Amino acid sequence: MDILTWTYIIVGLTFVLYIGIAIKTRASSTKEFYIAGGGVSPLANGIATAADWMSAASFISMAGLISFMGYDGSVYLMGWTGGFVLLALLLAPYLRKFGKYTVPDFVGDRYYSQTARLVAVVAAIFISFTYVAGQMRGVGIVFSRFLEVDINTGVIIGMIIVVFYSVLGGMKGITYTQVAQYCVLIFAYMVPAIFISLQLTGNPIPQLGFGGTLNDGTYLLDKVDGLLTELGFIAYTSGSKEVIDMFFITAALMVGTAGLPHVIVRFFTVPKVKDARKSAGYALLFIAILYTTAPAVGVFGIYNMITNINGQKIESLPTWVQNWQKTGLITIEDKNQDGMILYQKDKVKNELTIDKDIMVLANPEIAGLPNWVVALVAAGGLAAALSTAAGLLLVISTAISRDLLKNALAPNISEKSELLYARISAIFAVVVAGYFGVNPPGFVAEVVAFAFGLAAASFFPIIIMGIFSKRMNKEGAIAGMIIGLIFTLGYLIYFKFMNPELNNKDHWWFGISPEGIGTLGMILNFVVSIIISKFTPPPPQHIQDLVEEIRIPRGATSAIIH
Amino acid sequence: MNNLKQEDHSRSAYWRANIKILAGLLIIWFISSFLLGIVFVTELNQIRIGGFKLGFWFAQQGAIYVFLLIIFYYVWRMNKLDKQFDVDE
Repeated sequence: MDILTWTYIIVGLTFVLYIGIAIKTRASSTKEFYIAGGGVSPLANGIATAADWMSAASFISMAGLISFMGYDGSVYLMGWTGGFVLLALLLAPYLRKFGKYTVPDFVGDRYYSQTARLVAVVAAIFISFTYVAGQMRGVGIVFSRFLEVDINTGVIIGMIIVVFYSVLGGMKGITYTQVAQYCVLIFAYMVPAIFISLQLTGNPIPQLGFGGTLNDGTYLLDKVDGLLTELGFIAYTSGSKEVIDMFFITAALMVGTAGLPHVIVRFFTVPKVKDARKSAGYALLFIAILYTTAPAVGVFGIYNMITNINGQKIESLPTWVQNWQKTGLITIEDKNQDGMILYQKDKVKNELTIDKDIMVLANPEIAGLPNWVVALVAAGGLAAALSTAAGLLLVISTAISRDLLKNALAPNISEKSELLYARISAIFAVVVAGYFGVNPPGFVAEVVAFAFGLAAASFFPIIIMGIFSKRMNKEGAIAGMIIGLIFTLGYLIYFKFMNPELNNKDHWWFGISPEGIGTLGMILNFVVSIIISKFTPPPPQHIQDLVEEIRIPRGATSAIIH
Repeated sequence: MNNLKQEDHSRSAYWRANIKILAGLLIIWFISSFLLGIVFVTELNQIRIGGFKLGFWFAQQGAIYVFLLIIFYYVWRMNKLDKQFDVDE
């Protein structure tokens, strides 16, 4: 059977599976809709968190991104995993003990202020929308590449699937579909990686093949370092970013991860405080399987590209190169008309352009794997995009129905109508996300970076202080959150939109790029809130008692019933 | 009253013990990623383990393994602490 038929079969089967799960696990109460009834096992929650967390970008683009960045790409690897340490140690157990449904819930209650709640709602909605637009686009791209349909048709098919299981199932539905999606995506990622590792280094474990030797006895990494320097690039294992920038970007991604509402909310779904801790560990374990494989895939990819294409005759290229040329992901232009391909850092001489996504997408063909594996990669990419999109859409719909309606505008609505509003806002959120997927604003890639910086500069500090400081009051928290947001947003807008030509080391403050500025925004948030809180009255006694209460694990099971 | 005070006392002792565990683990978290993977990467790259330069390995592999160990140790340690202070569920 050809690739297209296989893709239709495998993608079709996974969709039937997701919809089947959604029908079986539909939500019948707001508690089930918002937090899956609070009864998810730590293992299931860990797997669901991993699928929620790993987006289309992690699955399709990250390995390729690292293969072109080399050591500099480490910021993503450490940044997107290290945040889970912060989540497990500083946030998840206490927020679980607090026992409500959303991040703005916590901010509003802990800081006894509707203003704080509203700032948090706006930040949560903004962060989630910027993120989800990219996911819907990702769904469209995977569809168009593998199923040969129009990108927009792909976005619409994706929207229908997501609406189906998030509107019907709420958190309960998406949790169990995410478990299934994780299985699909990790299998699809690992099979080609294992075969490529075996082919190049003789070691089936990519994490070890990464440091292994090639057929000629040289170490793979040394070989790649040598090849790249020969072509005018810097060595793979050394970087070009300044230490301070590496430091700040890594910190911003870590702290941003810990502050993202769709990740935090997953820890509300387990029964006990100790389950919240454990499930953060499981989440990182399942993420780490992909995240420790990705840099290996990256280096295998760049090695295969250079050795198979550079210096080769154009008419004798391997078939997979010819196949991917059709998609535009590999472009070859014989500038010096010698019939050979030259890969060079120098843009004037370079004849080969490779899209970063190819490092994952073309793997099965490079390894000579059967057609069904190619189809599996398509299903994996879709699983990654859909699972993240569903988690984000749920945050948006919850923010509207619970934080805005139930807790602010219409506190008297019944449970039944709140559930109805939650479903309506989920549909609304999917439609808006789909609109951005069909008409992507030119700045989608930029705004995803915003999401981390803003989460780092807004949510992380005020949640941490809400738990670890009894003295922190609403005045401090609101001021800190607003200053952190404005500073970070201002820096990003200045360098990304107003003066993109100044966006380089010479103009950045302290050499910190816009990607890393969230860390400074976070520090600013901490400093401002501590100073302001010193000069304003302490929080009322019942809030101090609340803080005392969330620090003690016992009683989380009953805390949820209110 | 006496009883209440005692509970307060044990609660703050529990919290102090918790902070101590957190601080220790966060120091390891910081060292494994920010120091070994970023600040001292050039120095560590002089040392090789198989095909890896050590600093590069920490930045792309080692830090993640350390993160995992940190969380699972924390889970185990806190379960023990919860029992010790009788605040478990």
